[in-house]
Amino acid sequence: MQKITRENLIDKASELLANGTVSCVLGWGKGEFGYDVTPTIFKTADEMKNGFVFNDFCGANFSKYLVSKTQKIDGKILVFLKPCDTYSFNQLLTEHRFDREKVYAVGIPCEGMADIAKVKEIAGDGITSVDSDGNTISVSTLYSDKPVTVNAADVLAERCINCKSKKHVAYDELLGDEGETLESARFDEVSRLEAMTPDERFAFWQNELSKCIRCNACRDACPACTCEKCVFDNPASGVENKSPANSFEEKMFHIIRAFHVAGRCTDCGECSRVCPQNIPLHLLNRKFIKDINEFYGEYQAGAEVGSRAPLVNYTTEDLEPGEVFDRRDENA
Amino acid sequence: MQRVGVFVCWCGSNIAGTVDVAAVSEALKNEPGVVFSTNYQYMCSQAGQDIIKNAIHEHNLTGIVVCSCSPRMHEATFRKTAAAAGLNSYMVEIANIREQCSWVHKDMMTGTEKAIILGKAAIAKVNLNAPLTPGESPVTKRALVIGGGIAGIQTALDIAEAGFPVDIVEKKPTIGGKMAQLDKTFPTLDCAACILTPKMVDVAQNDKIRIFSYSEVTDVQGFVGNFDVKITKKARYVKEDVCTGCGACVEKCPMKKVPNEFNLGMDNRHAIYIPFAQAVPKVATIDPNACNMLKNGKCGVCAKVCAAGAIDYTQKDEIIEEKYGAIVVATGFNPISMEKFDEFAYSQSKDVITSLEFERLTNAAGPTAGKLLRPSDGKHPHTIVFVQCVGSRCESCAEKGKEYCSKICCMYTAKHAMLTRDKYPDTEVYVFYIDVRTPGKNFDEFYRRAVEEYGVKYVKGMVGKVVPEGDKLKVQASDLIANKQLHIDADLVVLAAAIEPDKSARPLATMLTASMDTNDFFTEAHPKLRPVESPTAGVFLSGACQGPKDIPETVSQASAAAAKVIGLLVKDKLTGNPCVASSNEMMCNGCSSCERVCPYGAISYVDKEFRMPDRTTRIRRVASVNPAVCQGCGACTVACPSGAMDLNGFKNNQIMAEVDAICK
Repeated sequence: MQKITRENLIDKASELLANGTVSCVLGWGKGEFGYDVTPTIFKTADEMKNGFVFNDFCGANFSKYLVSKTQKIDGKILVFLKPCDTYSFNQLLTEHRFDREKVYAVGIPCEGMADIAKVKEIAGDGITSVDSDGNTISVSTLYSDKPVTVNAADVLAERCINCKSKKHVAYDELLGDEGETLESARFDEVSRLEAMTPDERFAFWQNELSKCIRCNACRDACPACTCEKCVFDNPASGVENKSPANSFEEKMFHIIRAFHVAGRCTDCGECSRVCPQNIPLHLLNRKFIKDINEFYGEYQAGAEVGSRAPLVNYTTEDLEPGEVFDRRDENA
Repeated sequence: MQRVGVFVCWCGSNIAGTVDVAAVSEALKNEPGVVFSTNYQYMCSQAGQDIIKNAIHEHNLTGIVVCSCSPRMHEATFRKTAAAAGLNSYMVEIANIREQCSWVHKDMMTGTEKAIILGKAAIAKVNLNAPLTPGESPVTKRALVIGGGIAGIQTALDIAEAGFPVDIVEKKPTIGGKMAQLDKTFPTLDCAACILTPKMVDVAQNDKIRIFSYSEVTDVQGFVGNFDVKITKKARYVKEDVCTGCGACVEKCPMKKVPNEFNLGMDNRHAIYIPFAQAVPKVATIDPNACNMLKNGKCGVCAKVCAAGAIDYTQKDEIIEEKYGAIVVATGFNPISMEKFDEFAYSQSKDVITSLEFERLTNAAGPTAGKLLRPSDGKHPHTIVFVQCVGSRCESCAEKGKEYCSKICCMYTAKHAMLTRDKYPDTEVYVFYIDVRTPGKNFDEFYRRAVEEYGVKYVKGMVGKVVPEGDKLKVQASDLIANKQLHIDADLVVLAAAIEPDKSARPLATMLTASMDTNDFFTEAHPKLRPVESPTAGVFLSGACQGPKDIPETVSQASAAAAKVIGLLVKDKLTGNPCVASSNEMMCNGCSSCERVCPYGAISYVDKEFRMPDRTTRIRRVASVNPAVCQGCGACTVACPSGAMDLNGFKNNQIMAEVDAICK
C-alpha cells in the first residue's frame, strides 16, 4: 500500500502545470491490462484525471524516457521518481544523457511494488482487473466468479523485498517523508551462485538463459541502455547477431549486455521486471556490482551526479594490475 | 579485396632454427587475399627489402605481412620499405614469429604450427587495414631538464650549445647534485668539485639556460613538441635577483643547530643557508621549519644585516607556466636508508657510516675539513672495515634491499680504501665483497692498484654482524676463501649502501606517462637501440634515473640525451602517429566514459548539430579526440559502451579478425 495516492500526484501535477513550472507530465498511463502501465505524456490536468495511474503496479522507472522526451518537448517535464528511480536519474545525468534544466523531478515515497508474476501464481491467469486497496489487492480473473484477494506483502517484487534505498538522491521537490538507504540482502542470491561449482553455475545460467526469446525488453527498459545506436542493432559491431541461434549465442546477448552496463547499472531491477520469461537478469548485474564493491570499495552507481565508476576511471594513483590482484587476495 | 604479400624471414637461424620457414610461406599462400608468399634469410637486409619492393610492384600488392621479429624491432624498417615502393606505410603488418614463437619453442613442429597461426592472424588483420596518414604538429623550441646534477647540467649545456633555450628545474637550492658532495672521482682521482663547479658556472653564465632552483615540476600536459609544464618555485624567502650571496645573513643567523643535509647531518647549518660555497645560484635560502621569524615572527636578524635588502619573509610559492618541446628526466639517485640493516649497527653507532658520509668526511669542504676522523670522538681511526653490497644484489632480502647491482660501489670503495691508505699509511683497511666488478676503462687497473700497491685487504665474504663495544666496533665476518670466521676490532665501518632512484621519480613518471620498472628506474624505449629515450615520445632519460651509473657513463648518456633533444628541436614540424583513437559521432552518446579513462587528457566534448532522419536538427554532445595528444593506448575503445570509439590501425574488427584467425 502506497503512502501517497493517485490524487496527491494529480494535485501536485495540476498545480505545477497551472503555474507554468512544467509544460507536461511524464507519468504512468493506463496500459492494456489493469496491472500494466505505459509511459505517457500528459499535457493537462484533465488528461491526467482520465489516464493517469498510480497503484502498486507502477514499478516502471521512467528516468530513461527523459532522454528522448527532453529532446522533443519544449519546456520542463514533470517526472515522478521513486527512490530507486532517482539513482537511474543521476546516472543518466552523470552520462550527460539529458538536460537537467528541462526536468522538474518530484520525489515520491515508495512502499514497494507488486510483481504481477507472483499475483498470477496466486490468482491464476486471465486477470481482468486489479484493485489495490489497503494491504490487499483484489484480483478479478476470467476463470473465477469472485475476485481473489491477495496480500500485497506476499506479492512484493524481489527488488522491493531487497530494497537498497528509500532515500531519494535527486529531486526538485519531495512529496512525503524522506527515507534512508537500507542494508539489504540483495547479494545473498549472488553469493549462493558464487558458491556453486562452475558446472552447476553454468547449468543454472544455461537453464535460465535458454528461456530468452530475444524480445529485447530488458535492453529497452534498462535505464543504462541509452546508446544512440545499440551494438545489437549495429551490423558493424560484430555482435548484432548474438541471438538465440544456438545455445552459446543466446548467452552472449545477456553477457555482453551485463558487461556494457557494468559499473553503470544502479540495480533498479527493470530488466527482470520486464522479462516476459522471468529470467533473473538482475543477478548478472548484481554480480558485477558485488565484484566492483569487493575489488575497488563500495560504489553505488547514481548515488551522486558526476561520480566516477571504478571501472571507467583513470587516476594517477591507479594500482598496477599485479597489485590489484594482490589486494583481492587480502579481501578474500 | 586486398592483394596481400607474405614475407617470411629466417632471421638466420634465429627463426629458421625452430620454424620451418618454407612450410610457413607455403601454408600462408592459400589464405584469403594472399597473392604472393615467399621466405628469405634476412628480410630486413637490403636484399630482403628489395624482394618486398619488387613484389609490391610485380603483384600490385595492397598490403604486406612480414613474418619476422617483434614489430618493436623492425616495423619501422618495413614501413619505410613499403613507402619506398609506393605503398601506404600502415598497410604493413608484422607477425612476430621470433620473440613470440621461435625463441620460446624448442620443437620444430609446434614452432611451425604457431608461426602459421600468427601469420594467419596478421593476414586477417591486414585484410581490414586502411591507409593512414599521419598528421603534423609544430615544435616548441625549448627544452626542460628535470634535475640539476651532473646529468642535468651536461644535458643542458649540450642543448644550449646547439642554440636552444633550456630550463633546469632543481628541487634543492643549488644545482650540482650528488657529484658536488663527492671528494675525488675514480679512476683518475681528480677532485669532484674541480671538474664539476666550472660546469655549474658555465650553466649559470649561459644565456640560453635558466635555472629554477628550489623548484619542482608539478604538472605536465601536452605531448611531444608541445608540453605545457607547471613549475612550482618554492618560497626561499630571499629575492633571488637581489641576493648577492655575500653570506652576512648566514653568519648572523642565531638559529645554528639545523642538521646540515649537504654534509648528511654530520654537522649543523643555520636556518638561513647557502648549501656550499660554490652553490649555483649562490643565493641564500631560509629553511621555514627552522627559522624563528617564519615560525613565530620573532627574530628578523637576516633582514637587518642584508645590505641588499633581499630578505622577504612574505614570499609565496610561485607557479611558472612554460611550454617545452622536449623534457629530459635527470632525477638521479639516493643511497637507500640503512634503517633496516640493523646487523651493521648503523643506527646504534655514529662510527658506522655510509660511503657518501665517508665522502663528506674526506672532503676538504666537509665537516672535518678533510681530516679522516671518527664522527663519535673525533679520533683518527686505525682500522677501517668497508662492507660492499649493503642492500645491493639482495635477492633474499627484497623488502629491505634491492635485487640489482648498484654498480658504482666496487669502484668508489676501492677509491676510499686506496685514498685512506695513501693519506694514513698506519691505517689497516679491510674490504668485504661478494664479487669485485670493475668493467670500465682503467677500472680494473685501479682496483689492482688498491690491492697491490696500497695493500688494501680484500676479503671475499660478507660481514655478519657489527657490535659496538667500548670505543671499538666488533666486526664478525666470514672469509669464504680461507673458509674461516674473522673477528676484527674496527674503529670505523663504512657501508656501501645500495642506490635507488630519487623518490620524486615515481610521481614524475606518472605526470609524464613515462614507464618505470619495478625498482622505479625509468624504462628506456629500447635497452640497446634507444637507451636515452623513454617510450613516451619527447621524454628523454639522462643519468642514474634510468639505472645505476658512474660519472663517465652519466655524462655520456647526458650528452646522448642532449643529442636526441637537439634532433627533435631542430625540426619545425613533427609527424604524428596516425594510430590514434577516433569517435564515430553518429554512435557517440557523449557519456564521458572515454574521457574518464584517458590517461593523456586527449578527449574533450563538443555540442554538435545533427540532421535527423525526420529533417529536424538535434544538438548532441559528442566526444572528440585530439590526435596529437592521443597515444593510441586504446583504453577509450574498451570503455565506450556503444562502440563509437575505435583505434585507427587497431580497430575492434581487426582485433576480432585476428582472434578469429587464431581460433579457427
